[in-house]
Amino acid sequence: MNQLSTARTLGRRDVLRGAAAMAAAGTVVLTLRPAHATPEKTAEVMGKLIGGKTAKEGRVTLTMPQIAENGNTVPLTVSVESPMTEKDYVKAVHILADGNPEPAVATFGFTPQAGKAEISTRMRMAKTQNIWAVAEMSDGSAWMAKTEVKVTIGGCGG
Amino acid sequence: MAKARIRLPSSAKKGEVIEIKTLVNHAMESGQRKDSAGNVIPRKILNKMTATFNGKEVLNATLHPGISANPYISFFTKVEESGTFEFTWTDDDGTVTKETADITVG
Repeated sequence: MNQLSTARTLGRRDVLRGAAAMAAAGTVVLTLRPAHATPEKTAEVMGKLIGGKTAKEGRVTLTMPQIAENGNTVPLTVSVESPMTEKDYVKAVHILADGNPEPAVATFGFTPQAGKAEISTRMRMAKTQNIWAVAEMSDGSAWMAKTEVKVTIGGCGG
Repeated sequence: MAKARIRLPSSAKKGEVIEIKTLVNHAMESGQRKDSAGNVIPRKILNKMTATFNGKEVLNATLHPGISANPYISFFTKVEESGTFEFTWTDDDGTVTKETADITVG
């Protein structure tokens, strides 16, 4: 009740002053936000992770929701087509995010004992962006999948 | 100290591929957040996880701040014999959290 009556007595000038103050505060908040990675930066990080090789599209399946309401915890599953034998197995799976402050999210190292090249985890997403899953095989080849996830509320803090 | 939870079957057939689910209670402070006074909250995450079976490596993971709080990781392994899984998580400050789980294979 008290707040309502205050609002009613606010004059046009007060409102304008308030808006200006808010705009100024907004600028400060924006400059404090961490810089985000770009697809180029992410490709560079990926290149380093897989030793300068180029990853081809295929063999990797990345399962994620198309829309994540809460960027703090977005589930993902990566599975890779591989027999997982001593001769032919997945050595590592890298997960990258091209719009997070740091593109590298996680690296999982496998052994032939896995039996199945699949991993599930939960990640943070600062904003709508592409998530990349890259698999390094024992024969030296690298494969990848990419998917766009829309984020309603970002999950990296400000 | 982080608290870890493990879920896997207590028994399996020889050569069966089983799923192992792990979850650790940990804030995974990203180092990107600021407190109310505008100071950066220092990064503190579990940066490494390993799983071994009877001393042999099954999985290793390098985790970055992009992994959610209370990190959840599920993966698979083929079991050929009874034994013990050992899981470790290493914190940025060097603290190591350990957890073990047994399986009977027959």
